[in-house]
Amino acid sequence: MSARPSPAALAALRQKISALEGDAGRSQTVLPFGIAGLDRRLPKGGLALGCLHEVAGGGNGAVDGAAAACFAAGIAARLPGQIMWCVTQADLFAPALEQVGLPAGRVIYVEAGDDTSVLACMEEGLRHGGLGAVVADVAKLSMTASRRLHLAAKGSGTTGIALRRWRRQGDASDFGQPTAAMTRWRVSELPSAPLPVPGLGRAHWLVELIRARAGESLDIELEACDGTGHLGLPAALADRSAAQAGGLHSAFG
Amino acid sequence: MPVSKAQALVPDLQVEAADPGADTASLERLALWVLERVSPMVAADPPDGLVIDSTGADHLHGGEAEMLDGLLGRLMLSGLDARAAISDSWGAAHALARFAADPIYLADPGAAKTALAPLPLEALRLPPAVAVGLRDLGFVSIGDLLVQPRAPLTRRFGPELGRRLDQALGDMAEPIVPLRPDGLIEVRRAFAEPIAAAETIARYIGKLVGQLCAVLEERGLGARRLDLLCHRVDNRIEAVRVGLAVPQRDPKRLTRLLCDKIETIAPGYGIEIMVLSTPVAEPLAPRQAGGGLLEPAVPDLSGLIDILANRVGAQAVYRIAPVASDVPERAVMRIPALATETGAGWPHHWPRPARLLPRPEPIETMALLPDQPPVWIAWRGIRRRVRRADGPERIFGEWWKRDAEMIAVRDYFRIEDEAGARYWIFRAGDGEDAGTGSHRWFLHGIFG
Repeated sequence: MSARPSPAALAALRQKISALEGDAGRSQTVLPFGIAGLDRRLPKGGLALGCLHEVAGGGNGAVDGAAAACFAAGIAARLPGQIMWCVTQADLFAPALEQVGLPAGRVIYVEAGDDTSVLACMEEGLRHGGLGAVVADVAKLSMTASRRLHLAAKGSGTTGIALRRWRRQGDASDFGQPTAAMTRWRVSELPSAPLPVPGLGRAHWLVELIRARAGESLDIELEACDGTGHLGLPAALADRSAAQAGGLHSAFG
Repeated sequence: MPVSKAQALVPDLQVEAADPGADTASLERLALWVLERVSPMVAADPPDGLVIDSTGADHLHGGEAEMLDGLLGRLMLSGLDARAAISDSWGAAHALARFAADPIYLADPGAAKTALAPLPLEALRLPPAVAVGLRDLGFVSIGDLLVQPRAPLTRRFGPELGRRLDQALGDMAEPIVPLRPDGLIEVRRAFAEPIAAAETIARYIGKLVGQLCAVLEERGLGARRLDLLCHRVDNRIEAVRVGLAVPQRDPKRLTRLLCDKIETIAPGYGIEIMVLSTPVAEPLAPRQAGGGLLEPAVPDLSGLIDILANRVGAQAVYRIAPVASDVPERAVMRIPALATETGAGWPHHWPRPARLLPRPEPIETMALLPDQPPVWIAWRGIRRRVRRADGPERIFGEWWKRDAEMIAVRDYFRIEDEAGARYWIFRAGDGEDAGTGSHRWFLHGIFG
């Protein structure tokens, strides 16, 4: 049973699969998170650029989407170029985006009235190709709509992030429906580590990679984005030896 | 009132002779101003009005109500007191603008009859003799006329009364002859056979845009607004207006913007003339294509901004710029999406929430005064225990700008509940002096 496939055979197989997926001849670039446990689970070691990704909040975050917005802003902050953010409710607070590394001058807001026009605006942004990333607050995302967005993103190389946010908590079950997104994330708040003095430390998130095409799913506790949009590994995990930390991650996954 | 009596009432009264010619000319100038800013179909309605067909243009201003608000606000700033109404027909809008109680009146589609019924007879644009005659017969409002049989009225007062009634109710067409200023850059195309199919309209839009761009290029101009007027065989005009963020004369882009709007054109029995014009054109000099060898070219976003602005409205595509204010809701300002970047930001001392509620929502709390965070809060019917908190961050009212905020204070706390969700709450007042605020608690934002 020790017949390991030869590297040549594996490469040929990968080429065949990418030909089937229709993106042969396109070298896909990725954006690593800088966290080994997370990057290892993603194909090519990072978030695929020029694709559609989905982010939702867990618990109350399904309605307010605050942590999910910071997570998306952190990704967008590390991409070059202008960011377009399509919203239905204008309750995003720009100073907070600046605190995760996305200054006001880099974000163009588009306030579309309903879900349909948010999707239409997002597609326009993705097709244009001059933007760094397009983020959109979307409640309902059908397979057809997500496929359209994904193709638009692939055509221009602009990364799209669908920030799933529902009007009511009950509608959040919609997140179980399949879409064409490359990865699907759920970000929920966790109690932060106590400080030796009264006050609040850096927020902790439970980042769940629910689905990744050609990757593995994972949940991991991380520290929220810092001023440059990078996530951090909590001190309790970071201090541990690599083997132990790795073991804990696989126990989670 | 005779002049002598007025002069007796007001000392130093200035008296000027009426000049109807100058009034009309100034009304036309105002109509041109509205044509450039609001809608492609504007005409002067002497002696004291303008008639605007806003179909196909209100989307650029964020809707009918916002359009009228903006228009009246700008007129008021320039010293003109104006009233406005939107209705299905010219006649009804004319009556509602002059005789409705509100200075801005938006009639629901199809509700002209109920809106007009309580108005006096003068609202119908009748000759004075007819109005006086009707009053003699006991008619007071338009509603009284509407329930009467037409034939006896027509026999007594002539056909004018019935015509005005039909025009007000929208039963009879009353076309607006749009004002065309001198020197307007305009191309037109008349069709031997009326056209109606979307593909045909798109093809001729392409041809017209090509001609227009050639004219613009000759004069070194770029379009800031494009008006497409489609004259239908039944003597109605379908108008489409497209706004541009920067002067533009690229035929491909302009065609794309106009073709996005084809679905709003109702061709009816067919379109016989199409007219494309640019009421606002600005100098556009040719410039070198960007992109040096060292640095990559900055992508041009104006095309995308134009497409989005024409889809969702120009106000809905924006950037946020900082304002030097400590009060969170006043710290942000919307600026046009293509405004030059200043690189200014907000001070970074304190964390700010990712979501700021449109208005602070009152919460129930239990907290020690004066400067302890609450032990628990109840927001939207859910009670949360506060595990950790940080604060207070004291924000003073802007006493140098607003009298009402002379000593107002807000104490902001960041709190984390048992599940780890973080909220931004504040107490109105400093916890000691009741003059600084009501000492009630509010939730203002949600951290990520």
